[in-house]
Amino acid sequence: MTDLPRMACIKKIMQETPSIKTFYLDMQMNAKPGQFAMAWLPGIDEKPFTLTAVGKEIAITVQEKGKFTKALFALHEGNSIGIRGPYGNGFDYKGVKKACIVAGGCGAAPVLLLAQELKKKKIKLKIILGARTGKECLFKKQLAKTGDLYITTDDGSEGEKGFTTTALENFLQKEKFDCVFACGPEQMLSKVFALCEKFKVECQLNLERFMKCSFGICGQCAINGFLVCKDGPVFSGEQLRKMPEFGNFARLKSTKKVSLQEYAQWRQ
Amino acid sequence: MLSTNFAGIELKNPTVLASGILGANAELLIRIANAGAGAVTMKSIGPSERNGHNNPTVIAWEHGLLNAVGLPSAGCKKMEEEWKLLEKSPVSIIASIYGANVPEFEEVARAVAEKKPAMIEANISCPNSEKHGQLFGTSAEASAEVISAVKKEIGKIPLIAKLTPQALNIGEIAKACEEAGADAICAINTVQGMLINIEAHKPILHFKKGGISGSAIKPVAVKCIWDIYEAVKIPILGMGGVSSGRDAIELMQAGATAIGIGSGVYYHGPKVFKKVCNEIREWMQKNNYKNVKELVGIAHD
Repeated sequence: MTDLPRMACIKKIMQETPSIKTFYLDMQMNAKPGQFAMAWLPGIDEKPFTLTAVGKEIAITVQEKGKFTKALFALHEGNSIGIRGPYGNGFDYKGVKKACIVAGGCGAAPVLLLAQELKKKKIKLKIILGARTGKECLFKKQLAKTGDLYITTDDGSEGEKGFTTTALENFLQKEKFDCVFACGPEQMLSKVFALCEKFKVECQLNLERFMKCSFGICGQCAINGFLVCKDGPVFSGEQLRKMPEFGNFARLKSTKKVSLQEYAQWRQ
Repeated sequence: MLSTNFAGIELKNPTVLASGILGANAELLIRIANAGAGAVTMKSIGPSERNGHNNPTVIAWEHGLLNAVGLPSAGCKKMEEEWKLLEKSPVSIIASIYGANVPEFEEVARAVAEKKPAMIEANISCPNSEKHGQLFGTSAEASAEVISAVKKEIGKIPLIAKLTPQALNIGEIAKACEEAGADAICAINTVQGMLINIEAHKPILHFKKGGISGSAIKPVAVKCIWDIYEAVKIPILGMGGVSSGRDAIELMQAGATAIGIGSGVYYHGPKVFKKVCNEIREWMQKNNYKNVKELVGIAHD
């Protein structure tokens, strides 16, 4: 058992939206949809990223935000970064025949492989993709190939003007799904969870917390008694019911527990 | 069969969650307690909010873990909620504390003692900060100074001195701590080390150096516990590379009364506590031991 970063060469960089790039890396890794890897920039930091391609080569999809992602965006094809993983549990779609995926912002990244896998298994799929603007809609083309795609934007520049959760509520009123899979800002996920509870639909939500070890021993990413890195990052409705911190609190790098708003400001 | 007494505290079994593993959050500590640990140690608490180091902070290589998390802490005055939740713990809580100097240790000890943990562990041996830890634990004089200052603040709460194997003579340090008022010794903290990624030409840990734990350091732990057992009368919480019952028994035979498990959680998950206890029990039955206390120090002449 080892958990050490191995250096992987950047083979290709794709500009997905004005603020999001996908880095294709020369490294073989098998992983389930929803699992993640730790990306290391020597001397800078190491952060978790969901995998958006697996197999003979892997990819991570990254939004430019802080010091780490700015340094990553400055790299070119041919440069190398460290990778360790895969980590986490990933999505579980056993027995699912009809599903709905809700993705907000860069939350489209963790559900891309899931949508492609569900399409392969011929599972009926409805996808709600939300973004600030039409230009910021991540993986629009790829997701459209996997099912019935419905877009919402904050400014109405594409699809319906409004929230993903309003669209979800409309669908839940009319249709039955075996499971709702979702990833996005926690405010959105909190609403998705409330809707799934109201309509008595199973859900699996991909959550995010600041992470250190990524393999379940440091305790940094805890939500109540659950570890996002090891028990998650995908949690079921049954688990979410035991997580009063979900949608309300998160921990800073010091392990201090703060409101989700304060946490979000710090992560900016 | 497995129940024991460590410095006046009753334990249902001798396994203890080591400090720094999952211990920043009360609910995780309770999860480990429910998984079978005899007691749990909180992650070291400092005087004020501290972030610790950037990642990578913990990595695993073929023979153990290497970490430099860097003592992150919410600070001893901002943990009300954790303490409240810990009241529900089914096992004893050991609060680990650190400071950069004697007054800081005193401040944290005072704040933590108010919350009445079963025991307080003074971390005078962390290798992962320039100002904290090891600086004290490698000097008998400095160790004694911290221990006697902390003891004055915490009154009747049993005090454990956590020692570093980097000390030239760990027996002398343990003796100095005993004379300064320590009720028990915890040994060993991690051993200093470094790993380099040869393709990146860079140390892997962001802090460059770190502390080694896991099976690689078990012989270091056994030797240190041996030396401490020869030097002092107070009980020893032994740790370093334990992930099986046989490992635990080996440390006990060297002189440990209770056994800390940290990296073992990486190899086996929280169920490591039950696994180690079951294996100790099986070994004792096979070798005709009735009480785990009989094993302590029996390798000594």
